[in-house]
Amino acid sequence: MSRANDALYAMPRFRRSGDAALTVEVGDGIDADVNARVVDLDRALTERAVPGIVEIVPTYRTLLVCFDPTMLSRRDVEAEIMALWPPVAPEGQVRRRWTVPVAYGGDNGMDLDWLAQRLDTTTDEIVARHSAAEYRVYMIGFMPGFAYLGGLDRTLHVDRRPEPRLVTPPCSVSVGGQQAAVAPPLAAPSGWHMLGRTPVRSYDPARTHEPFLFRAGDLLRFHPIGVAEFAALARAAEAGAIIAECEELKV
Amino acid sequence: MSVDLEIVEPGLATTLQDLGRRGFQRYGISASGAMDPIALATANALVGNKAETAALEITLAGPTLSCAGADIRFALAGADFAVSIDGRPVSSHETHDLNAGQRLTIGTARDGARAVLAVAGGFQVTPMLGSVSTHSRSQLGGLDGGALRAGDRLPLAAPGLPARPHLMVSPAHRRRARGAIRVLLGPQDDAFSAEGIATFLSSDYTVTPLSDRMGCRLEGPRVQHAGAVGIVSDGTVFGSIQIPGNGQPIILLADRQTTGGYPKIATVISADLPRLAQLRPGERVRFEAIEEDLAVKLAREAREQIRRIDTSLIEIERAAVPTVEHLLACNLIDGMISAFD
Repeated sequence: MSRANDALYAMPRFRRSGDAALTVEVGDGIDADVNARVVDLDRALTERAVPGIVEIVPTYRTLLVCFDPTMLSRRDVEAEIMALWPPVAPEGQVRRRWTVPVAYGGDNGMDLDWLAQRLDTTTDEIVARHSAAEYRVYMIGFMPGFAYLGGLDRTLHVDRRPEPRLVTPPCSVSVGGQQAAVAPPLAAPSGWHMLGRTPVRSYDPARTHEPFLFRAGDLLRFHPIGVAEFAALARAAEAGAIIAECEELKV
Repeated sequence: MSVDLEIVEPGLATTLQDLGRRGFQRYGISASGAMDPIALATANALVGNKAETAALEITLAGPTLSCAGADIRFALAGADFAVSIDGRPVSSHETHDLNAGQRLTIGTARDGARAVLAVAGGFQVTPMLGSVSTHSRSQLGGLDGGALRAGDRLPLAAPGLPARPHLMVSPAHRRRARGAIRVLLGPQDDAFSAEGIATFLSSDYTVTPLSDRMGCRLEGPRVQHAGAVGIVSDGTVFGSIQIPGNGQPIILLADRQTTGGYPKIATVISADLPRLAQLRPGERVRFEAIEEDLAVKLAREAREQIRRIDTSLIEIERAAVPTVEHLLACNLIDGMISAFD
């Protein structure tokens, strides 16, 4: 049983997001317990299948609940959420834990050397700390399949770049502030520090049975690989194979 | 062999759009879809398509198109664009037949910014994640995940002319709504000082040329935050108005990022979203905060308008003598200033 966490709200806080959406805050800040409650509420509300609720977007500490204002009022949506409060995780729940291979440094991670210098340590040490941690997927956002991760080793917390790069490589594994991330196979602007690249394609619309790999609440670990292995795995991934290992853990 | 609509010249930003992707925002997939769903419904109704059939969204400067393999019927709705067939001007907002090999040229927008061009029968394009809507940043939809380019060929689902009358949009339904863009304050209006909110609601803002389908970037008096400029990133909707550190509002649109870390001072009401599609660079906008009950009432009316879109259309006789209604609706005095300005 977890200790009482001040970051969790006793009651959900509702914020109006126009006439067709409601933002539901369940706690404060970037916190695993708060995010777990987001995941639980998301699951419960999805299962309730309320006619008129058209989309639910779970994020760090909120759910964005989009609804059809000609079918439901905002008060109706609030009542549906209160009926589920506090959300509980179902018995026998399974958590997924992904192992994501990463080729660190060099062209794959253009900021690894810089980060080692900045932290007055070696690149090997950075790789060791980055790949030793167990991360939690807090949310998918910003772009398709982009996973925001919590659980970064405290010694790797470094402010973001003052000037974001307009383009960073597809499939980059990066850190920024207290967060880490895995990018999809799309180039993107970013102010984070690029440590490496993964051959894993977290998003691939051509992989029709499973276009997205990660979801909020999943656990994730990184596994260092060399460039030769990267190339081989990347070929398999491009052909549609899911090369990230996934374990199912009993909670 | 398919019969294709050929893109001779692509225009400024011509994309295939339907009603967009629902249910994937949790995976970082932008909704995308037509910026002006009323224009999409209208253009489709004109040519006899279902309301949600994918069509071409045209922005500010339109494409040149041709179909070698068949005659096709098309219609434009939304902003008022110059349209010609083989150099002969024809009216926007009504159906026309383009004969095989003729050239259809969509010129520039005379009022508003975006129109939808629908072709009878629609296009034969494979949906990705439930939609053919183009979202360039995700490389999703359209022919290859991007805007249309010269030489692209869009396969037609049902080439040939439909056996139905020619239609036009009644003059009353072509009028572009004017006046303040109506908003509901929130979700993070408490991140702004009272003065900041007053500035936001009482100032004129100018649409900058950096605006696109992702966001309408505005320039004007700085909206003051109350404290920190950042929030823990949360979900965005079409119409969210975020205020970054420079105090200049950005209205998030169909292709917006799914999550954002800037506080959102207000949200444009559903009924006014189609108007955002028509804002031109350099145009001035103002915001007016209204009550939620009114926003819901207006949302119902807007929904009803789309449901009853057929009632905004008038049959036209293309034969010998045009009807009085048709003559009145034709833009016979192109270049004059609209009486509604």
